[in-house]
Amino acid sequence: MSQMATKSSINLPQLLKQLLTILPTDAVLYQEEDLRPYECDGLAAYRQLPLIVALPDSSEQVQSILRLCNKISLPVVARGAGTGLSGGALPHEQGLLLCLSKLNSILSIDKELRIARVQPGVCNLAISQAIEHLGLFYAPDPSSQIACTIGGNVAENSGGVHCLKYGLTVHNIQQITIVSIDGELITLGGTGLDCPGYDLLALMTGSEGMLGVIVEVSVKLSPRPECTQTLLAAFDDIGKAGDAVASIISAGIIPAGLEMMDKLAIQAAEDFVHAGYPIDAAAILLCELDGSLAEVASHTDAVYELLTISGVTEVRIAKDKQQSITFWKGRKAAFPAVGRISPDYYCMDGTIPRKSLAQVLQTMAEMSQQYELAIANVFHAGDGNLHPLILYDANIPGELQRAEKLGAAILQLCIKVGGTITGEHGVGMEKLDQMCVQFTAIELTQFHAIKAAFDPKSLLNPGKAIPTLHRCAEFGAMHVHHGKLRHPELERF
Amino acid sequence: MHPTHNNLSEQLQNEVQQAIATHQTLTIKAGGSKDFYGRDVVADKILNVAEHQGIISYEPTELVIKARAGTPIKAIQQALVEHKQMLAFEPPGYNGKATLGGTLASNFSGPRRAYSGAARDYVLGSSIINGKAERLSFGGEVMKNVAGYDASRLMTGALGTLGALLDASIKVVPMPEAELTLTHETTIDTALLKLHQWSQLPLPISASCFYQGRLYIRLSGTENGINSARQTIGGELLNSAANFWQSITEQTHPFFQHKPALWRLSLASNTPVLDIEGDTLYEWGGALRWLKSDVPLQRIRANSYLKKGHSTLFRSTGIRDQIFQPMPAPLLKLHQRLKQAFDPQGIFNIGRMYPDF
Ligand SMILES: Cc1cc2nc3c(=O)[nH]c(=O)nc-3n(C[C@H](O)[C@H](O)[C@H](O)COP(=O)(O)OP(=O)(O)OC[C@H]3O[C@@H](n4cnc5c(N)ncnc54)[C@H](O)[C@@H]3O)c2cc1C
Repeated sequence: MSQMATKSSINLPQLLKQLLTILPTDAVLYQEEDLRPYECDGLAAYRQLPLIVALPDSSEQVQSILRLCNKISLPVVARGAGTGLSGGALPHEQGLLLCLSKLNSILSIDKELRIARVQPGVCNLAISQAIEHLGLFYAPDPSSQIACTIGGNVAENSGGVHCLKYGLTVHNIQQITIVSIDGELITLGGTGLDCPGYDLLALMTGSEGMLGVIVEVSVKLSPRPECTQTLLAAFDDIGKAGDAVASIISAGIIPAGLEMMDKLAIQAAEDFVHAGYPIDAAAILLCELDGSLAEVASHTDAVYELLTISGVTEVRIAKDKQQSITFWKGRKAAFPAVGRISPDYYCMDGTIPRKSLAQVLQTMAEMSQQYELAIANVFHAGDGNLHPLILYDANIPGELQRAEKLGAAILQLCIKVGGTITGEHGVGMEKLDQMCVQFTAIELTQFHAIKAAFDPKSLLNPGKAIPTLHRCAEFGAMHVHHGKLRHPELERF
Repeated sequence: MHPTHNNLSEQLQNEVQQAIATHQTLTIKAGGSKDFYGRDVVADKILNVAEHQGIISYEPTELVIKARAGTPIKAIQQALVEHKQMLAFEPPGYNGKATLGGTLASNFSGPRRAYSGAARDYVLGSSIINGKAERLSFGGEVMKNVAGYDASRLMTGALGTLGALLDASIKVVPMPEAELTLTHETTIDTALLKLHQWSQLPLPISASCFYQGRLYIRLSGTENGINSARQTIGGELLNSAANFWQSITEQTHPFFQHKPALWRLSLASNTPVLDIEGDTLYEWGGALRWLKSDVPLQRIRANSYLKKGHSTLFRSTGIRDQIFQPMPAPLLKLHQRLKQAFDPQGIFNIGRMYPDF
């Protein structure tokens, strides 16, 4: 929307001087070779060098930096670990990249209240590791959990395998502290469960760095279940696997995780990690049940029976923890496994009503043939959150564009069946055009008004998450003029 | 009881348009079951959404129900029971008068809240009329959705100050297979200690309450699951447990029946017993405390523990002014700006939450 700063208005030496009154020399990067590692997030097809990178190590420094940016109207893009898959942390050409990785302390752990207070740069897995000895864990577990930060998780409302039962990030945080663009420290949420006023904690969750910079998060910790059991079910037809998912949920059982992989994903994973998957299967389901010994035993029996009725060809029940880890190994390695069989892949994130699973998977198979690009499916079936991986080779002219078009068609299919374009990866830079399909002009205008309430000059992550109406108008036109390049402003490789 | 089907979206939109054109303010009203709650609103007109009723869609296998704002909570619960499902946040039905819209606008949840989440946690999407008389939809009917800001959750608890809710999609959950309630004769200090010991263990606790020397613990889950948890928790089995919990949810328990000011205190659950004269009923593992007290408002709010938590004057017979705890200035500024973003002319429920907007 607002490219507020223009090249001429920012005097780099002067900016550097000002930043060095706030930060030590090694916390400000501006040489091209130092900026290079920050040019993209997990969506590497979009790249842009920032003007400058700042690495604060305290919330006071974040406050001072934002005050400065506000004063000189300099765009700011917050960045955690840069594992985002929608270009949310893509730098602004004329802006400052605010990297929060040095704010990485666990400030306190309260066993009694089951709360950990952490800085935004703390890595997701580090929280669960720090509290393991207390018999507690932090439930949202994105597959990227060894790298991604809690600040990024809040900004994206990240999910993971266990969100089916334990909820998303928004359900597992109690309080956050943000720095507003004018440098104010504001606490949202509270120590109690409910607080008066607008639910700004929820509004900030998933807001993709557009409304404020998160400098502290109090996460809720859950007691580790007494036991877990994993089942692996194979199907000769993907539709049957989809129906099995619906039958488990409608029987009143909420598994801790319920994941699906299709043939291509099964084969790729098997070649990579040798988990012993049935490679002839059209689809497999991984179902994790947790709770007390008694509860898991009765749910395991019930799920076994439901799978049998759904026409499963084989069910394996993990005999012990080791076998359960083996069942999950292939699922956990599925993305890199697909990376081995294709030079590039493009990960989509649409979510659909569970009842449409079979139909959508079938239509995607047809689209795959039509666009002449293979699609591997590995996804959170219990939530209806799809992750089609479109395989392409960026070195073959036209393939990236074709992959993007196929991706857009898949997202529009998700909207058509009553779903959404993104379940957990965010809109970022990537899905701006699909936002024009999902929302009306007045809804988008309302979103811009929310943004302006927090950030009147539009300096925080400008141009991301919510498309301008102008862009939507052009996108509409693009449907007519096929063959036009999307995002002509973006560098291609 | 099946709710009548009545779509008044257009009519309501016209009424808001009228109000804008004639510079009139509106107070949004449905069942009127929460008229006692919040600050007094002086408005030119009432926007009545009570007749805007009906379950728009309910698919048990999707665990989602979508209904119009005027639909009674009771009607929704009845539709769900037929499929052995329920609203996880256990909202009060207030004699059948509470509606979906009012429940969400106040973010009211019952005993299960501490263990399964609040109303806001189950909102998947909503449609509203904003202060420009525009109809907008946010979120959707799927479990995960991060497209656009989470305006649906923003509406939850906003007490109608940002717009009128037209309908909402709510995630529902399976009803537990079995339930039982155990009681212990004990002191509040021991009760708080025990509650915190249990909360660190994976036990199927779904409600807790302490009043007059008695601790009540409800267990929900599979038959086997709750029987094994019963060994850990111990205590006596409560006979008419469903009635007891209903009296807490609906605030019909004798504790709620006296007239002086009733406070709803939201605190860190391990906060010790507060040094304020009055009668206290504890819920949510200690995180919610109902206080009946004659102590003046300023003195209650001056309590050092309450400064760290949130105190709401839930019911009172006096002037309804400082109902909600005052906010720090930067936070108040954000509220005012958001109000401006949704309701630029200041039409809806002015002053219901805070005097400033
Ligand atoms: C292999 C792989 C697997 C993945 N699996 C999952 C998955 O299972 N589930 C899932 O949900 N996601 C998944 N992701 C996506 C990604 O890991 C998440 O979105 C994650 O939350 C991003 O965290 P980050 O620290 O890397 O944030 P970044 O990528 O650095 O930033 C993401 C967004 O958050 C903003 N931001 C970051 N920190 C802050 C802050 N402190 N304050 C304000 N805004 C901030 C940025 O501006 C940006 O818009 C996966 C990614 C990869 C590469």
